[in-house]
Amino acid sequence: MIGRLVVLALVLFMTLPTLVVVVASFNPTAILSFPPQGLSLRWYENALTYPQFRRAALNSLIVTAASAALALPIGTAAALALVRYPVRLRGLWNTALLSPLVVPGVAAGLGLLILAARLGLLANRVVLIVAHVVLVLPFVIRSVMVSVANLDPMLERAAASLGARPWRVFRRVTLPLLRPGLFAALLFAVIVSANEFVVSLFVSTRVTEILPVAMFTYVVNYTDPTMAALSTLFVAATFAAVFLADRLLHLSRVFQIEGHR
Amino acid sequence: MADAAAAGAQRRSPALGLALLAPSAAMLAVFAIALGALFQFSLLEFIPGSLRTGGLTDRNFRGVLAPLYLRYIWDTVVLSALTTAFTLAASYPVAYALARTPSARVRSLLLVLTLAPFFTGAIVRTYAWMLVLGNSFVRWPVKLLFEPEGVLVGLVHFSMPTMILILAAAISHIDPGYERAAASLGARPWRVFWRVTLPLSTPGIVSGSLVVFAWTFSAFPTPELLGGGRVKMIANVVKDLALDSFNWPGSAAFAVVALAVTLGLLVLMGRLLGRGAA
Repeated sequence: MIGRLVVLALVLFMTLPTLVVVVASFNPTAILSFPPQGLSLRWYENALTYPQFRRAALNSLIVTAASAALALPIGTAAALALVRYPVRLRGLWNTALLSPLVVPGVAAGLGLLILAARLGLLANRVVLIVAHVVLVLPFVIRSVMVSVANLDPMLERAAASLGARPWRVFRRVTLPLLRPGLFAALLFAVIVSANEFVVSLFVSTRVTEILPVAMFTYVVNYTDPTMAALSTLFVAATFAAVFLADRLLHLSRVFQIEGHR
Repeated sequence: MADAAAAGAQRRSPALGLALLAPSAAMLAVFAIALGALFQFSLLEFIPGSLRTGGLTDRNFRGVLAPLYLRYIWDTVVLSALTTAFTLAASYPVAYALARTPSARVRSLLLVLTLAPFFTGAIVRTYAWMLVLGNSFVRWPVKLLFEPEGVLVGLVHFSMPTMILILAAAISHIDPGYERAAASLGARPWRVFWRVTLPLSTPGIVSGSLVVFAWTFSAFPTPELLGGGRVKMIANVVKDLALDSFNWPGSAAFAVVALAVTLGLLVLMGRLLGRGAA
């Protein structure tokens, strides 16, 4: 009983700040007060019409769409190779492909900034997109690998024995069977890219910056609840995405948490 | 998974495998080159007022040890250590519930609640803490926002999902038979936990702590926003030097230190645990 209360309290600690943001987003005045003196949607209107947010949202859309579109096929190929093919130094490949996750954002960001300056690509969106592809790949590879590992090779062999050529087997049997994993990978890619902040801060300018960077600048300069409104929209979208990913891929399997009876 | 996949792998060509890996390798190469450029800059002389650099020098790394900066590095170490300890204590109960609940529904709910903040994004989460720690919702008896204590709360919150996932994976791999055996021999639940479950989850505790420490060591958005310029960790110094003073070489030296500590700890973890967990 006490144990349950403790867990409940801790889960509350984890979720409470988000709830506070949601409450604050409906606050009628610029100065926050609690309990709220009424309800207002003015900060949502503000968030959706603030020009720099609109520009950043468009940038986010471009960068996230481009990096997801690149990372999905690249990562799927790598996942297939690592699970299915006799690749030498498989362990090393696994580690190397996950390694961007453990490099501190400021180190990766500054390195990419220096490289961009060298190549004369400062303020070019390409750098931002490449950075996002690198950061998103580990998630894509990991999700697709789970799917590939769960795929019964017998189904493909059956198709092949019935006369299907390898490419046809891949398109008509392998890909459809991998669909849940691919969809989850896409979701991961979109979530991670849309929320990426540190590296993006280093390799973007006021013109190319994505939403999290614009939000950061806004928080540093203004205190009104416009940020709360935008954050609420963000949180709602993310929650829906994580929920969907769990439905599709049973996240406990991805993170290797097994239930015991 | 290994058997079936290996059987399939026998008949597949290694060359095609490499070809499938090539695009990922190319992306990794860009990343590696960027880190190489970072190392290079950390050893080049800074020319004030210019993005060009001079010859080789060790001045940037000596700068890291200057008294002003040494204080930030010390703060970084202390905050990382405290964050690790508090995160461990706060995460264990949730991880235990996640791993041991008999209900798949509860597990799924706990997992989604654990993961959602993980994916909410640094800025939204940190902004949320600015609201909570500021005095508009709660009148705190002590000042928390823009103080180390506030940064600590934010860092713990930020690290919990990671710690919970690692601990839950470790706990779920403990055979409940051991716990049942201890209980059947008359041990009270607390004693079972203290003498059986907790010791058996040590690999998770060690790897979770190392990951959280390493991660916190190079934390950026949390100290940047909750510290308000009064509390600085190493990553904030990197950003100040690079984006405000345009001293890329000086900044690169701090980034290299952060990178070295983070990677060093993770390699250490790999050594300690072999290729287990997480």
